[in-house]
Amino acid sequence: MHEKKINMKDVIKNVGKVIYRGLKRAFIVMKPSLVAIGLGLLIGLIIMIIFDAGDAFPALGTLLIGGFNGGLRGIGNTLYQAAPIILTGLAVAFAFRTGLFNIGASGQMMMGAYVAIHIGVRYSLPGTLHWIVAFLAGMLAGAIWGLIPGLLKALSNVNEVVSSIMMNYIAGNLLIILIMRYVFNSSYSRSLNILRTAELPLLTSVFPGSTANIGIFIAIIVVVIAHIILHKTTLGFGLRASGFSMPGSKYAGMNTKANIITAMTLSGSFAGMAGAIAFLVVGKNIGTAFEIFPQGFDGISVALLGLGEPIGALFAGLFLANIRMGAFYMQRYSFVPQIIDMIIAVIVYVTAISSALQIVFKRYREQIKSWSKRIFKKKEGQ
Amino acid sequence: MAYKVEMRHITKIFGTLYANDDVTLQVKQGEIHALLGENGAGKSTLMSVLFGLYHPEQGDILIDGQPVVIKNPNDANRLGIGMVHQHFKLVDTFTVLDNIILGVEDTKNGIIQYDQAIKKLEHLIQTYKLHVDLKAYIKDITVGQQQRVEILKMLYRDADILIFDEPTAVLTPQEIHELMNIMRGFAKEGKTILLITHKLNEIKAVADICTVLRRGKKIGTVSVKDTSIETLAEMMVGREVSFSVDKPEINQGETIFKVEHLNVSGQGRHSVKDVSFEVHRGEILGIAGIDGNGQTELIHALTGLKPILSGQVSLMGSDITHLPIRKKYEIGMSHIPEDRQKHGVVMDFDLQSNLILQNYYQPQFQKHSFLKFDIIQDHANELINRFDIRSERGAKTIVRQMSGGNQQKAILGREISRNHELLIAVQPTRGLDVGAIEYIHSQLIAERNQQKAILLISLELEEIMNLSDRILVMYEGEIVGELDPKKTTVNELGLYMSGAKRGDVHA
Repeated sequence: MHEKKINMKDVIKNVGKVIYRGLKRAFIVMKPSLVAIGLGLLIGLIIMIIFDAGDAFPALGTLLIGGFNGGLRGIGNTLYQAAPIILTGLAVAFAFRTGLFNIGASGQMMMGAYVAIHIGVRYSLPGTLHWIVAFLAGMLAGAIWGLIPGLLKALSNVNEVVSSIMMNYIAGNLLIILIMRYVFNSSYSRSLNILRTAELPLLTSVFPGSTANIGIFIAIIVVVIAHIILHKTTLGFGLRASGFSMPGSKYAGMNTKANIITAMTLSGSFAGMAGAIAFLVVGKNIGTAFEIFPQGFDGISVALLGLGEPIGALFAGLFLANIRMGAFYMQRYSFVPQIIDMIIAVIVYVTAISSALQIVFKRYREQIKSWSKRIFKKKEGQ
Repeated sequence: MAYKVEMRHITKIFGTLYANDDVTLQVKQGEIHALLGENGAGKSTLMSVLFGLYHPEQGDILIDGQPVVIKNPNDANRLGIGMVHQHFKLVDTFTVLDNIILGVEDTKNGIIQYDQAIKKLEHLIQTYKLHVDLKAYIKDITVGQQQRVEILKMLYRDADILIFDEPTAVLTPQEIHELMNIMRGFAKEGKTILLITHKLNEIKAVADICTVLRRGKKIGTVSVKDTSIETLAEMMVGREVSFSVDKPEINQGETIFKVEHLNVSGQGRHSVKDVSFEVHRGEILGIAGIDGNGQTELIHALTGLKPILSGQVSLMGSDITHLPIRKKYEIGMSHIPEDRQKHGVVMDFDLQSNLILQNYYQPQFQKHSFLKFDIIQDHANELINRFDIRSERGAKTIVRQMSGGNQQKAILGREISRNHELLIAVQPTRGLDVGAIEYIHSQLIAERNQQKAILLISLELEEIMNLSDRILVMYEGEIVGELDPKKTTVNELGLYMSGAKRGDVHA
């Protein structure tokens, strides 16, 4: 009996150690993002204090609590919002791992959204099959929209940043033409509602009153698949090698051109899925005013905040969606939700320069230490 | 008499590394003082401290017996300290004259006054025989001439303490000879010279006094006259070093690698013109030449990094001229690239991934395209042990965090352990210390003895002379001579390299 007790203690101790080490490692990895979030919130707080000092702190609390303000309904809405930006974030992150900056996630998402709606409105397929077909077709449309800049880059070295931005504009205008021609609801000047059968299964039983659907599960599964592709397979090995060093991977005999095309196509397919998930909901329509979906640009924020990793994009997307919801609930105070865009902008800025910031901190660490020593010495002297 | 330069108890720390640990250096006026040490021994750090690029944690610097504080290179210039860096700091699109006066130009109403400068420079050129055309553009003159520009730059600023950081790395034997004469001239004029190098022959040839550093610590200061090369080497490395490469006579086998009438595009003398040669089993074929005479283009074309204009390349009897790189590897090519950090490794990958960089897709390392990480790690550990690759975290170390010598050992290990019949080794020991060089040389010889074919391209003449069974010389993109290392001399090789001599080539 006695022996057993000691063993149990040891076990607990060891488990504790493992958890502690894991948390410590996670903290080290996540440090740049956490610092960025902290600084972003701090600056946001300062701005809110300037406008209304009294409400600033409760409003910040509301912001951080986010979707949870609204109970299950709020959480459900957060998850609905999160799914597409997780996927666009994944799209950007995945391309980024291969050394490509896919700024065209918006366009790819728009094409995915349109094709999904098109099938959802104009075709009639039995039950489950309908939304699956619409979803897969949306994915394919995004993939094609990503493939084009990939081909241009691989075959004639056209910068993918420029070409994918251009593809956004093409998608934005093409969308208007296609909607007016095929799925036009002239009384509201927007796309027609999709058929019930094309709707992604809703999660209303879990999150009553919300728009939550299985999109979030799809996003999580896709993130896991992307992670496995990137880190466990030969394909991912080649893609990451190209991402870190094009000359190095060329030397190693990898087909760097094929890698570029593959990465852009996969990236585009993720953004395409984002479009399908966001619009395979009855009552979600695309208007006919020219617009480039903001989720694509959110994807850049999410990817940066997620440190360019698929798993990171998952958490960053959830975080971003949550404070977006928080901004919605923040309206009960005297603040406009635009403040959230400012905070997000600051977070993204700080994330982007976080490695530079860390270098600065490191460089001045000694100096800061010596300053603090001097100050403390003075105090002791007094 | 006070020392011209005295550095007392200098300690410089980078993080946890003591780059200089209590180093004292005393240099008399008119002396050529060599600083000898392996890479990373702290020679350059010490000189950077003297030149004001680094600030020591501890220690004092005295010039002419007076304590001084050198905060930046401008302070150093004011104290008469000049430095020729290993990598020249010249503006390519400026003339020689503009480069020299850059930063100290004499102006009148905002317009540069050249007359005085030209007068002064012409005097300097005459006095020290540093002939160079002041009106020429830097991009049009040779590396040797560029170095003279750097020297003139120091003299123009009235420097009398001259620091040379590895000055001979880029020069031909003849140019090295001239440089040494120039240095002797400076010393005679009463200037003080500090020469950073790891080449023992040069120290023996030109220096009076030598201070040896090892791992940041001063090992000793000796008179060069009274010290043998072997002793200097032992002081530098910390153990006995064998200089002779033990190379048994072996029979050469059939032709493994054949290049016929190869042409590769490049800028000016960089382009490869009508190059043909063969490499046989059990043979090391050395290609000598001054940097930038088409060697890089030749190798890139042979290994697939650059397209071939015309000609044919065959390996083991099959035509590989236009095959993709992976196919070349599969047929039996190994390649130790010239730029190890750009091509040889993916710096942000860990060591075990880098050791399978070309083979990751083969059934040995993957199943249904999922990587077998256990086997990859075992494979890495095997190579780490066999090739003595040292790193902090073994197989999982990010290659960027490894030393250059160990990165090179990793590449060497990977290329030698892969299935191959031909090994192309380009500058395999560039920037490595004596110990690592010795090791890599022995591995190349072992390859040869196992009847592999080896193509060795190097700028180090000694390496070419010691290892090769046959030497080709490249000049302006052409093969200008074929020499037998047993019958030729470094000087003769130098004549071919500088284009002064051409021979019949029957490769």
